[in-house]
Amino acid sequence: TQCLFTLVIAPDTETLKLTEQQILFYHSTDFEVHRNWLAITHSLPVSKWYHENTSEWTLDYPPLFAWFEYSLSHVAQHFDKEMLVVQNLLYTSPATILFQRLSVIVTDIVFIYAVKECCRSVREEKGSKDLLGHPFFILAALLLWNFGLLIVDHIHFQYNGFLFGILLLSVARHLQGRHLEGALLFTVLLNLKHIYLYIAPAYGIFLLRSYCFTEDNTDGSVRWSSFSPVRLVALGSIVISVGALSFGPFIAMGQLPQVLSRLFPFKRGLCHAYWAPNVWALYNMVDKALSVLGVRLKLLDVAKLPKASMTGGLVQEFQHSILPSVSPSITLICTLLSIMPAVLSIWCRPRGARGFLRCLVVCALGSFMFGWHVHEKAILMAILPFSILAVESREDAGIFLMLTTTGHYSLFPLLFTAAELPIKVLLMLLFTLYSFTSLKKLFRGSLLNPLETTYLLGLVAVEILCEVVYPLSPWQHTMPFVPLLVTSVYCSLGVCYSFIRLYVSLLRQHGTDKHKQL
Amino acid sequence: MENWSLVSICVLFGLTARWAVSLNSYSGAGKPPMFGDYEAQRHWQEVTYNLPVHEWYFNTTDNNLNYWGLDYPPLTAYHSLLCAHVAKLINPDWVELHASRGHESYGHKLFMRATVLVADLLIYIPAVVLYSFYLSEGSNKKKVCTVLCILLYPGLILIDYGHFQYNSISLGLALWGVVVLGLGWDVLGSLAFVLSLNYKQMELYHSLPFFCYLLGKCFKQGLAGQGLFLLVKIAVTVLVTFALCWLPFLSDPGQILQVVHRLFPVGRGLFEDKVANTWCSLNVLIKIKTILSTDTQLYFRPVCLLLNDLPLPAIWFLQASTFSMLPLFLKDGLLVPYVVTSLAFLFFSIYLLSALEHCSEDKLRLGPYRRLLICMPRMDLGRVTKWKFYFSITAMAGLSFMSVALAPPAQLPDLFPLLVSVFSYLHFLGLLLYFNIVQIAEPPQSVRKNQKKSN
Repeated sequence: TQCLFTLVIAPDTETLKLTEQQILFYHSTDFEVHRNWLAITHSLPVSKWYHENTSEWTLDYPPLFAWFEYSLSHVAQHFDKEMLVVQNLLYTSPATILFQRLSVIVTDIVFIYAVKECCRSVREEKGSKDLLGHPFFILAALLLWNFGLLIVDHIHFQYNGFLFGILLLSVARHLQGRHLEGALLFTVLLNLKHIYLYIAPAYGIFLLRSYCFTEDNTDGSVRWSSFSPVRLVALGSIVISVGALSFGPFIAMGQLPQVLSRLFPFKRGLCHAYWAPNVWALYNMVDKALSVLGVRLKLLDVAKLPKASMTGGLVQEFQHSILPSVSPSITLICTLLSIMPAVLSIWCRPRGARGFLRCLVVCALGSFMFGWHVHEKAILMAILPFSILAVESREDAGIFLMLTTTGHYSLFPLLFTAAELPIKVLLMLLFTLYSFTSLKKLFRGSLLNPLETTYLLGLVAVEILCEVVYPLSPWQHTMPFVPLLVTSVYCSLGVCYSFIRLYVSLLRQHGTDKHKQL
Repeated sequence: MENWSLVSICVLFGLTARWAVSLNSYSGAGKPPMFGDYEAQRHWQEVTYNLPVHEWYFNTTDNNLNYWGLDYPPLTAYHSLLCAHVAKLINPDWVELHASRGHESYGHKLFMRATVLVADLLIYIPAVVLYSFYLSEGSNKKKVCTVLCILLYPGLILIDYGHFQYNSISLGLALWGVVVLGLGWDVLGSLAFVLSLNYKQMELYHSLPFFCYLLGKCFKQGLAGQGLFLLVKIAVTVLVTFALCWLPFLSDPGQILQVVHRLFPVGRGLFEDKVANTWCSLNVLIKIKTILSTDTQLYFRPVCLLLNDLPLPAIWFLQASTFSMLPLFLKDGLLVPYVVTSLAFLFFSIYLLSALEHCSEDKLRLGPYRRLLICMPRMDLGRVTKWKFYFSITAMAGLSFMSVALAPPAQLPDLFPLLVSVFSYLHFLGLLLYFNIVQIAEPPQSVRKNQKKSN
């Protein structure tokens, strides 16, 4: 296994470096965001961190991440001191870019370690297989070479490798039965990026049910008498101490409301500028279609419709013209409703760590489907943990292929320059080809039905249409948003379908368990 | 996993590496008035598109041969013409006579890089795949690994996609020649090689093995019967191909002479910008200045074909050849691609081809050396070789680092390029000697196999 990991790990770092080298001239706004945070945490006292707003990219991650940026800034000053000046908005220099890229690569070590741990926990059948056919090799490749992660982290610039590394490590610890460590890691993660609150219910219910109650009754239901207060206290103290470390200074300074307002800015619109392929994209689409239809059929007056909906475009505030508008609270309720059955399922019939993992994926996907202002990068929160399940079960592999291919394709609009087109196409082909052939070989046979295969092949048509045909057509100037719309809507069909299938498989398992004890 | 999927993955990976390197700087970027090889290629598109054929190789008012005059055979010119037609469709400014001189833009760079990729994909890469599968030995896994390692060879990637050239076309055509000859189709093989020769005259260095092999084959089949027929067929093919390539120039002997004069500029200086050429290093030792300049790529490409049989020496040679071009890469601003591709190549090839495990005296065919070192019977030559390899790679890394980080002393401004040159030359000498000894000492097998190995 040692040389296996050397084989798998090193290619990953090489690829990372490879992609790094080509981006030395290009960086996105996220780059400026993180540079700004380095500057804020380095140059200003702690009390000013969440009040600072010289730049529009204010600190909107929890305090632990700010501390992380603070420690990075101490290394940054040896590369280029100018990047740490808050007033140097949009400052770039080769040294700055190099430092930022290197920081992502170095923190990815956490991710690599987490992948190693996950691979250790994977179940596999006995029997000799060549190296390429081992489930843990396939899992390692699927995680380390995950197209989405490569694109988002190394071309677009974020610390997702680092954060997902912590998430996967936490999952691995739970799979290995080391629950306290898993809980600690998750709390740390939560204090680094609060988007993981969406999967907190899975953690909370699982730990409460399977960790705090040490035994179950013979029929699988909870044995109330086996409640262990010690364990609950242990968990509680972990959560509180990490929280104290992170938020403590700000609570002491009475800045908690300010911090929270920065963390949860609900002023942004229902959909991100590029619509994430979720339910609301479909909702918007239906609304738009109905309004166009209404105007055509003279049922509606063009003048009375909200401006944004007819001009289309990438406006963040998308007002609905026909269907009722959606507010943040509605999205929250929808999200909670969508994850409720899964969470209840692991309370009533816990299936150990794997049941927890499935519930986690469902929570992540549910929040992606119904959340407020979801970014399409969030699909990775579902795809990465799901990879573990995909190498263990045939049905999961089928859903995984569907979800991954559509999810990854929906990331294409993030890279829009001509220079990046070959890179994203090549990497996407690489990953898709590998995932299909390796999982097919592992489970000996076709994993998708013809309809699904046709849908996925349709992605090729969508890509050609959006990137080649449409830009050369006359509508490119009048309606430039159409490719994005088509991509979003087409992908959301795939993502919704995967969500439904995942739920069906979860509930079916729940049903079988119920049958078992009858 | 099936072969086709593994090979596709290797090819995709190779393409990704190539495009990633493409996004870096090119030769002569932002360096007027002469710029570099990139501008030369663009200029040739301009010349071939706008001027009539009989002016391409001549010094006229419209065509100043001192500014990157055409000095490759006609096939390069035709290829430039084809690219120019495409360029004209996208943006006529790129090939505007005179006005486009020194043109540099984002779109143009993408276009030029795309032309290299397309040529590579159509010619070189299929040849590599076919070679690995039909002409090399070993399990399917080994063949796939060979494909990957050949495709990852940094020297070609950096020169073609970094510095900017179209070596993949000439080398690819030559490789097609090898593959086709290996399959027994001699006429087609000679056709492919003649095309390769007509793309870059440097392929002349490969012509000897081709010639010897084919002549030998004719002799073997008996000059009285089949052999003569084959000889005639090949001769006719070669002549006809040459005639077709040079057709526009055949009308006037002056044309032919001028082209030949451009291809083999005996009057010009030698050390034009090519580093680590053998002769440059020789010059330091014996001050010979009358030998024609060479291009090191000739030596390294065929060695790729030995990756399967003698992985460690082949990898060593290939890495040395990449290292030898370090000063050129530094000049072009390609340090990071150089480091990354070298590391990737070394890692993948050593791991996938188990180069360090197949390091016994037997596997390395060090028999002749054993006989030479009769005085030291205890020495394990296999281990010695391994350690020499480690030392060599470390030295290369060290020299690379020094070339970048340190400034040379004032009285020796070319110290580092010279050190790189000499170091590489010693490697080439040693390894070529080794390959030749192995070749000669080989027990007589089929002539075909031997000829392949000599390539």
